[in-house]
Amino acid sequence: MADEKRKPVLEVQDLGIDFGGLTAVNDLNMKIYPEQIDGLIGPNGAGKTTVFNMLTKVYQPTRGKIFLEGQDMEKLNPVQASQAGIARTFQNIRLFYNMSVIDNVKTGMHNHISYNNFDAIFRTGRFRRGEKQAEEKARELLEIFHLSEYADLTAGNLPYGQQRRLEIARAMATEPKLLLLDEPAAGMNPQETEELMAMIRTVRDHFKIAILLIEHDMQLVMQICEHITVLNYGMLLAEGTPQEIQNNPEVIKAYIGD
Amino acid sequence: MKDLLKRNKNAAVSYSIVIVLFIVLSIMSGAGLLGRKYTALLVPVCCYIVAAIGLNMNVGISGELNLGQAGFMSLGAFTAVIVAGALNFHGVTAPALVMLICIVCGTVVAGFLGWLMSIPVLKLEGDYLAIVTLAFGQIIVNIINNIYLGIDENGLHFSFVNNTIQMQEDGNLLISGPMGATGVNTVSTFTAGFILVMISLIIVYHLMNSRNGRAIMACRDNRIAASTVGINAVAEKTLAFVVSAALGGAAGALYGMNYSSFAATKFDFNLSILILVYVVLGGLGNMTGTIIATTLLVVLPEVLRFLSIYRMLIYAIVLIVIMIVTNNQAIRLRLKNLRMKNGGRGKGKEVSGNG
Repeated sequence: MADEKRKPVLEVQDLGIDFGGLTAVNDLNMKIYPEQIDGLIGPNGAGKTTVFNMLTKVYQPTRGKIFLEGQDMEKLNPVQASQAGIARTFQNIRLFYNMSVIDNVKTGMHNHISYNNFDAIFRTGRFRRGEKQAEEKARELLEIFHLSEYADLTAGNLPYGQQRRLEIARAMATEPKLLLLDEPAAGMNPQETEELMAMIRTVRDHFKIAILLIEHDMQLVMQICEHITVLNYGMLLAEGTPQEIQNNPEVIKAYIGD
Repeated sequence: MKDLLKRNKNAAVSYSIVIVLFIVLSIMSGAGLLGRKYTALLVPVCCYIVAAIGLNMNVGISGELNLGQAGFMSLGAFTAVIVAGALNFHGVTAPALVMLICIVCGTVVAGFLGWLMSIPVLKLEGDYLAIVTLAFGQIIVNIINNIYLGIDENGLHFSFVNNTIQMQEDGNLLISGPMGATGVNTVSTFTAGFILVMISLIIVYHLMNSRNGRAIMACRDNRIAASTVGINAVAEKTLAFVVSAALGGAAGALYGMNYSSFAATKFDFNLSILILVYVVLGGLGNMTGTIIATTLLVVLPEVLRFLSIYRMLIYAIVLIVIMIVTNNQAIRLRLKNLRMKNGGRGKGKEVSGNG
C-alpha cells in the first residue's frame, strides 16, 4: 500500500503525548491513504483511543505533527478539526439522545447549511432551501445506514446496534475526508457485526473517504482492513497488510504473551 | 416530512391555545364577565408567559439553569420607562407607537446586556453558571434601586445613590431610587400582550426548528459529540442566553408600561424563581406547557383568595401535587395512551430498550 504516487489523507509524524509524567503515546508515525480502510489495533491500554483524541484535537499532542491533506493541524481545536474534515464516533456511544434520529443527522450537517438566524426567524427562501437540502441529504444517509424507518424516533429509544449506525451516519453528515471509528462493533452480535462490515465498505465506496477504525474483533479487522497499525504501550509495534500482521511474531507475542 | 409536520403541530397547538385564550378572555372582559381582579391580571399573565418562554429557551432548550430572568425583566421595564418618559416629554403620546418603541428598546437593551453577561457566565457550567446568573440578576436590581433619573428640556439628568437631581420646572422625575418608576403612562393592553406572546412563540419555535436550534439542543445533549461535528458550544449557548434575556426584556417592558409606578424590588429573586417554576412545571422545552402552567399559576393565587391566611399554604400544596402527578410515570403513560386513542397516531415501531 506504500504507493508513492498517492498522497496520504492523513500523515502523523513522531506523534506523542504525556499525561503528567506518563507517556501515553510516543513516536507514532502513520500514513492513511484515501479510499482505504485502516485498522488500529493493540492490547488494552495501548493508547488507541488516545490517538483518536489527538487526531480530533480533543487532546493537544505534546510532540509531533499531524497533517490532514498536507495541512498542519497543530493550532486547531476540536471544532476546527471537524470542519477540516475529521469525523469520529465514540467507544461509548455519544448521540444527541433527546433529539430525533433525523435531527441527529441534520445536526451533523451544521456547517454545510448556509442560512442565518434572521432567515430562520423569518422563514426566508434561503431557510426553506437550506432545510429542504438538509432533509433530503439526511434521508439519503438514513437510507444508506438502514435507519429510514426510525427517522422520527427519539435517538435514545433506538436499539443498541442502530445507535452505533446512527453515530456513523451523523459523522458522515459532516462530509469528512477521514472517518475515525472507535470500536464500532463493540457489543454487537455476529449478525450485526456482519451488517456493520458491509456498511463500512459501502461508506468507503460510496463516499470515497479514508476510514481508520479501532476494533478488538480480530475477525472484523482482518476481513475489512486493507492496512493495519498495531500499537503496544503507546508505541508502534508493527504495520502492514492483514496477512503480514497475522504472521508477525511481535504482534502475536503482544497479544498472547510469551 | 412527518417529523416536520409533528414539530409544526407542536407550534400550531401553542398558537391556537394562545389565540383561543385571547379571543375568549377578550370577549369575557368586554362583556364584564371577568371581575376586576382578573381583568387586572390579563397583561401580567402575558408578561410572565413571554418571560417564561424566553427562560425555557435557556433552561429547556439550551439546558443551562438561569436564576436571573427577573433581572432582565427589570432592565426591560426601566428602559421602557425611560424611553416612554423621553417620548412623552417630546410630545409622542400615541399609545401603540410608544408601546412599540418601548418594547423594542427594552428587548434590545436586555439582549445586549445578556450578551455582555454571557461572556463570563458561559465560561462556567451547571450549578456555577446558575449561581452567577443569580448574582447578576441581583446586581441589576440593586443598581436600578439606586438610580435617580429625570428629564427636562436640557435632557436626561442622572444621579446615583442620592437624589441630587435639579431640574427645570417642566422636568419629570422618571426613576426615583427605591421608589422606582413613577408617573408612568400605562399604555400596555391585553392586545399588545397577546401580540408579544405570539411574536415570542414564533421566534422561539422558528429558532428551535432551525440549524442553530438543533445545534443548541445538541450541545445540551452531548457537548463533546457536538464539538466533533463542528459545533461551537459557546456560540450556540450564547444565542440561547441572549434570546432568553431579550424576551425577558420585552416582557419587562410590557410589564413596566402596565403600572403607573413600580419599584425595582418587584423584580427580585422570588420573581426569577417563580418564572423558573412556570418553566419547570410546563415542561422543559415545552412551550405549550409553559403557557398553560404560567396562566394557571398566575391565576391560582387569586382564585384561592377566599382561603385568606391559608392561601399560600394551599397554593404550595397544589404546586407539589401538580409536580408529583405530572412526573408520575403511570399517570403519564395513561395520558399518552389516551392521546394515542384519540389522535390515532399510533406508533407501530415503538422500540424497547434504552441507551
